[in-house]
Amino acid sequence: MTQLPQSTERKLGLVIDLDTCVGCHACVISCKGWNTENYGAPLSDQNAYGADPSGTFLNRVHTYEVQAEGAAAQTVHFPKSCLHCDDAPCVTVCPTGASYKRQEDGIVLVNEDACIGCGLCAWACPYGARELDKAEGVMKKCTLCVDRIYNENLPEEDREPACVRTCPAGARHFGDFADPDSNVSRLTAKRGGMDLMPELGTKPTNKYLPPRPKDQLEQTDMLAPLLDIVAEDTNGFLGWLDQQLSRLPGDNKQRGK
Amino acid sequence: MHPAPSVIIFTTLSGLGFGLLLWLGMASEAPTGWEAFAFFAVAFALSVGGLAASTFHLGHPERAWRAFSQWKTSWLSREGICAVAALIVMGLYAAALIFFGRHYAILGWLGAWLSLGTIFTTSMIYGQLASVPRWNTSLTSVLYLTLGITGGALLFGKVGIALPLLLLAGAVQIIWWLTGDKAFAARGSDLGTATGLGEGGKVRSMAHPHSSPNYLMREFIYVVGRKHSQKLRAISFILMAVLPAVLLLLPFSHLFAIVAVLSHVAGVAVSRWLFFAEAEHVVGLYYGMR
Ligand code: SF4
Ligand code: SF4
Ligand code: SF4
Repeated sequence: MTQLPQSTERKLGLVIDLDTCVGCHACVISCKGWNTENYGAPLSDQNAYGADPSGTFLNRVHTYEVQAEGAAAQTVHFPKSCLHCDDAPCVTVCPTGASYKRQEDGIVLVNEDACIGCGLCAWACPYGARELDKAEGVMKKCTLCVDRIYNENLPEEDREPACVRTCPAGARHFGDFADPDSNVSRLTAKRGGMDLMPELGTKPTNKYLPPRPKDQLEQTDMLAPLLDIVAEDTNGFLGWLDQQLSRLPGDNKQRGK
Repeated sequence: MHPAPSVIIFTTLSGLGFGLLLWLGMASEAPTGWEAFAFFAVAFALSVGGLAASTFHLGHPERAWRAFSQWKTSWLSREGICAVAALIVMGLYAAALIFFGRHYAILGWLGAWLSLGTIFTTSMIYGQLASVPRWNTSLTSVLYLTLGITGGALLFGKVGIALPLLLLAGAVQIIWWLTGDKAFAARGSDLGTATGLGEGGKVRSMAHPHSSPNYLMREFIYVVGRKHSQKLRAISFILMAVLPAVLLLLPFSHLFAIVAVLSHVAGVAVSRWLFFAEAEHVVGLYYGMR
């Protein structure tokens, strides 16, 4: 049913730490690996070994450069998958009821047997989190690994999304945002977790932790005044030493002359 | 947005078809017999043809019947229901006129409202999308409704009313284009808000996640050069409004009337191509392409 639940009992989602992500794309590969052989239709590739390879992915990593006025540019790797929005526009536009948001945990899913592949939900998602599979003609999206997180056939430590399980940098965290004491709620509060495109009113569940500000040059210069020894008295031993040192190539005082 | 032929044909033809059905339903002196047959044949060919075209791009057209179920939230579902209801009611109305020469005005009016509803719900499929700021305005519905009503009047041969409607449609179209050009910036989304990194400085896309275009880029990132689009807008405007109006002002001839209709349809089709091709989806921001 494409009516959104008034509220959900739990709000499962991800916290993605943009400070820690190293852009290795391991989460992309483990996501595709798990999801192509489990929930629903496989994630097809077209022309995978040709000049123009293309395929369905539920998680993709962009790379950006952020530069503040007068500061050095900073590279930020940016993984992006479905944010399991509270006010998910992709769900309400669906004409068949194939798209839905679960009342029990807030996960947004597609029932592929009912999907006609009209693509409208992908049009409605501002984040590019849905992709129509070319081979199967149905809509694919992140399921938050719904077939792992509740799967009692898996060892306890594997009952989390494949991307979280695989991330070598510990940049991805999975948990319940409805619980203020959960790991994800605490991380979000502590590090100023943010929403993507909040102006569109989708109320995403997933949060992104901003990169920590880089050290500025002034800060590393704290010891500089102590190091810059200038001899006031040019006659004594220190004066002589100062003159000798100034003769060395590259000295500031010489260049200043 | 990718200007797919299926959606251009769908919106252009079904808009005209339901526009004609609207006028046929409202007519106090409705045609009967063979004349009625000709009118309804054209109207049904256009509306049904347009709807059929819209199923071409579906991944699973055999499940299309499911699309009638979510009328509580989905404009696409509402559009499907309105269209089928309009076709059934107008089918009965047409049968009475063609075979029995009977004019059931109440059926006609009901069908007219449903036809109008179909054009409106079609416009809302696009107008509802906050992710495409250019479409996300009630002006989109005004545009679709005016063009549908105008095209219908032209097809029905209502010269007196078609003339002012053509001018109105031309004006609405120009207003829609001009406001649309400002819509993306007005929405306030940029790479800074899309990534949340905007407060830290200027954000620039350095590397895409993939080496060649994917579904998202093919579907949502279509760029038309400004010069090119201005040229097409001029062509569309002349074909849609100016030429038909001039032809209607000339002494009446059947040839002129037919050319006026064809010119209008061609103009609307160009306008619809631009409607899709010029529409900027916010996902383009993530690729540094907006
Ligand atoms: S990120 Fe996109 S697909 Fe996921 S819930 Fe939000 S709008 Fe829907
Ligand atoms: S593509 Fe499938 S899930 Fe998406 S709106 Fe259409 S029917 Fe619903
Ligand atoms: S696996 Fe972790 S570090 Fe690597 S790209 Fe994904 S989130 Fe970033």
